[in-house]
Amino acid sequence: MSDTLANDLITPDVDAAPLLSQPGVSMLKAAPITRLSLRAREATLKDAGSAFGVELPVKPMTCNTGQKRAVLWMGPDEWTLLAPADDLKATFDAIEGKHESHSHALVDISERSEAVIVSGEKAVWLLNTGIFIDFSLETFPVGTVTRTIFHKSPVMVWRTGTDTFVVEAWVSFMDYVSGLLVQSARELEAA
Amino acid sequence: MLLVYCPYCDVERAETEFSCRGQAHISRPSDPSQTSDEDWVNYLYMRANTKGVYAERWRHIHGCGRFFNAVRDTVSDKFLKFYKAGEPMPDLEALAKEAGK
Repeated sequence: MSDTLANDLITPDVDAAPLLSQPGVSMLKAAPITRLSLRAREATLKDAGSAFGVELPVKPMTCNTGQKRAVLWMGPDEWTLLAPADDLKATFDAIEGKHESHSHALVDISERSEAVIVSGEKAVWLLNTGIFIDFSLETFPVGTVTRTIFHKSPVMVWRTGTDTFVVEAWVSFMDYVSGLLVQSARELEAA
Repeated sequence: MLLVYCPYCDVERAETEFSCRGQAHISRPSDPSQTSDEDWVNYLYMRANTKGVYAERWRHIHGCGRFFNAVRDTVSDKFLKFYKAGEPMPDLEALAKEAGK
């Protein structure tokens, strides 16, 4: 996993048993991290980036990563900022300080969602059982991040490596998402 | 299933990611308290319901969350144009002619 993006940030939860471990694909629950939702206008993007330590991406569906930091583009005025769980207060206050006189919304959404790390040569196949997106490297290169629908649940998909994806869903939808992924993977075993 | 292009994300995605929110380019009366009941009813409820080329609002609700506008032929269900919210309405007749070729 050393060649994946943000591998110092998105790490498997050591206490959780692997959800799936097959030769072709594995699925690990990710350890908790700090997630901040930032909605802001262009005037403060530079400042917010310097306060956070990583510049905010403006190109659609891209991400910027740094030392234990990642910023994901969610919309033209919306970003998700990722940092280690312990850094919540420090990063929150630093960014808030840059926006004192500007309208913005910075919200701690750390516990709103959970993430699983889906990796292996069959990862794309597995995700495509519930997501209608072309995950070929030409159209969905490493670093691409997008919100979409997995079967009936909204999810966020972030490609952190050629064969590695971070799939994030709201906490109450995670059993549905990971459950369906595990179920679909059984088809690989049978083949 | 329709394929919808989001001008903010710059991608074409399945219809399930979007929601259609009806006719586009309807502006809210600037002073509702001075608006007559009849005009208010027209603003709230009356829609063109065009058979043919129609500009409507779409929202990429399970993506970037943004509203944008699309021109769709309601007969063939073909999209003729996608453009960002706030951009002027394109010439629908010209688009229809172009598509008819």
